[in-house]
Amino acid sequence: MMQATRDAYGKTLLELGKQNPNIVVLDADLSASTKTASFAKAFPERFFDMGVAEQDMIGTAAGLAASGKIAFASTFAVFGSGRAWDQIRMVVAYTRLNVKVVVTHGGITTGEDGASHQANEDIAIMRALPNMTVVVPADAVETGKVIRAAAEFNGPMYVRLSRAMTPVIYKEESCDFKIGRGIVLREGKNVAIIACGIMVGVALEAADKLAAEKITCRVVDLHTIKPIDKELIIKCAEETGAVVTAEEHSIIGGLGGAVAEVLVENAVVPMARVGVRDTFGESGKPEDLLVKYGLTSGEIVTAVKNVLARKK
Amino acid sequence: MNLVEIAGKLRQHIIMMTCAAASGHPGGSLSAADIITALYFHQMKHDPKNPTWPERDRFVMSKGHAAPVLYAALSESGYFPVNYLKTLRQIGSSLQGHIDMQALPGIEMSTGSLGQGLSAANGMALAAKLDKKDYRIYCLLGDGECQEGQVWEAAMTSSHRKLDNLTAIIDNNKHQIDGKVEDIKNIEPLADKWSSFGWEVFACDGHDIKEIIKTFEQAVKVKGKPTVIIANTIKGKGVSFMETRPLDYHGKAPTPEEEKRAMAELCQIKDFEL
Ligand SMILES: Cc1ncc(C[n+]2csc(CCOP(=O)(O)OP(=O)(O)O)c2C)c(N)n1
Repeated sequence: MMQATRDAYGKTLLELGKQNPNIVVLDADLSASTKTASFAKAFPERFFDMGVAEQDMIGTAAGLAASGKIAFASTFAVFGSGRAWDQIRMVVAYTRLNVKVVVTHGGITTGEDGASHQANEDIAIMRALPNMTVVVPADAVETGKVIRAAAEFNGPMYVRLSRAMTPVIYKEESCDFKIGRGIVLREGKNVAIIACGIMVGVALEAADKLAAEKITCRVVDLHTIKPIDKELIIKCAEETGAVVTAEEHSIIGGLGGAVAEVLVENAVVPMARVGVRDTFGESGKPEDLLVKYGLTSGEIVTAVKNVLARKK
Repeated sequence: MNLVEIAGKLRQHIIMMTCAAASGHPGGSLSAADIITALYFHQMKHDPKNPTWPERDRFVMSKGHAAPVLYAALSESGYFPVNYLKTLRQIGSSLQGHIDMQALPGIEMSTGSLGQGLSAANGMALAAKLDKKDYRIYCLLGDGECQEGQVWEAAMTSSHRKLDNLTAIIDNNKHQIDGKVEDIKNIEPLADKWSSFGWEVFACDGHDIKEIIKTFEQAVKVKGKPTVIIANTIKGKGVSFMETRPLDYHGKAPTPEEEKRAMAELCQIKDFEL
C-alpha cells in the first residue's frame, strides 16, 4: 500500500482535535498541501491561517503555547525550517515552549516544484538547535504515532514529512514508536543500514537484494535524529562492524552526520553515507529525482559493498 | 512613592546595573522608563507573589535589549529583591543580557532578536479570546525595530484577528544603533502606517506618565481592533549627557565616573555635594 505521510498527519490531527480541545493549528497559506485543512474545517475557531508569513506564524504559535495551548504550526519544510529559523531558535527552542513545527515537502521527492521547494538541509539546521527534538517518520503508520506522541510530549519538536506517496512498511499494531528510540526492522550480521524517512523502505529493498548475495543487513529505522539513539548506533557498529546511513537529505549534517558523530567518538567502523551530495535539486518526477540524486536501493547496495571491503 | 519617583528609581537602577555589568543598553532603557512605570505600577493587573496567575495582564518586551528597565520594574514591584539587580549579565544570573522567560518569573517571552515580540503577543491575545478571558496584552517595540518585516506581518495578524485586547507601544526615541532612524531607513509616517494596517493609533508624550495613563485608558476602550500608542521619547532620558549623545549610549554602559554624574542628576544632587 502507498500513502503520503502528510495525509496521515492531516488525519491524525483531526482525531487529536476531537480528543483534545487544547490543540491549536497554524498554517501559512498551505493548508491544502500540508493537510491541516481538515482540522481547519472541523475546528475553525482553533485554526489560524497566518497567510504567507512563516516568521509571524512561529511567533504566534509561541504566544499561544505560552498561554497553555499545544500549537502545531505547518508549512513546507524549506519555509518552516529556513525562513523561520531565527524565530524557531528564539521563541520555540530557547523558550522550550510547546510548539510542534510539522513540515511537509521534505527532501527531493517534493519533485516538480524544483530546488526552491526541496528542503535538503532542514534536518541539519534544526538538529543544531538546543532543546529541539527532530523526527522523520518512515511511513504513514509511523507518522500517526509520531503526531500523537508530539501532542503528548511537552516541548519543541520538528517533524519532517513528505509530499510523495510512500510505501507503508509498518502495521498499526506492530509499530512501536517511542521518541528517541530507533527501531530494528530486520536483523543481520554483516552491516547495519541506518535510515530515516522514505529511505527506510528503500533500505529494506537494498537488504533484500543483498540477502540474495548472502550479505545479511540489519536495518534500522532511526526516526529520531535528535535526541539520537546513541546506544543503538554503537550496538549496531559493534555487532555488525560496518554502518551505512541513508536519508533523503544532504549528506552534510543530517542523519549521516549525526550517526558519524556518534561512531567517531564511540565505535569507529567503516561507514558510508547515502544522501544528496552537497547540491541543490531540480524539477522532475520524484522517482526520477531519486535515481538522479543517488537515493536508491542500488546506491545503498554499492555503499554496503564499499564498507564491507573496508572491514578488516 | 508616586509614579514619577518610581520612574526615577528605575532610571537609577538602569544606570547602576549597566555600570556594574560594564555592558548593556542604557539609552533605550531610559527612554522606556516612564512607559514601563505606567504599565507595571498602574495599568497592568499582575501579582508579583504569583507570577503565573492565569488572569494577569501580559507584557512582552519586544525590544529585548531594554532588559534593564524591565528587570528594574520587576524588582521594584516585588518579583525579586532589588539587590539582585547588580547580577545583571553575570554568569549564572537570571538577569540575562537579553530577556529569558525560562530564567526569570514574571517574564512572558524571551526576546533579543528584534521584530519578534508582537507575533508572540498576538498568540497570547488569541489564546485569551479562545479561553474567553479578559486579560490584556501589552507589547513594547522600538522605532528602529519597526524596520523588521515581521513587525508588519504581525501587525496584519492583529488587525485581521481584531485583537482589541492588545495594545502595542512604540518607544519612539528616533534613534537606532547606526544613527537617527530617519537617516538610516525612515519609518515615517509611522502613525499612517499603523493606521493603514488597521490599527487605532494614539500618540502621547512618552515621558508624561499622566498622559501615558490617559492614553492607555482610551486604548482599552477601543473595540474590534488593536491599538498602538506612539510614545514620543528621548533616548537616554533623564541623564543629560546621554540625551545629548544618544548614539554613544545605545549599547554602552556608563563608566564609574559617568555613573556618578548620572546618579547625581537622577537623585538631583548638586555637583558640589559629591
Ligand atoms: C534581529 C536583530 N537585528 C539586530 C539586532 C541588534 N540591535 C540591537 S538594538 C538595535 C537597534 C534597535 O533600535 P530601536 O528599536 O529604535 O531601539 P532603541 O533605540 O529603543 O533602543 C539593533 C540593530 C538585534 N538585536 N536583533
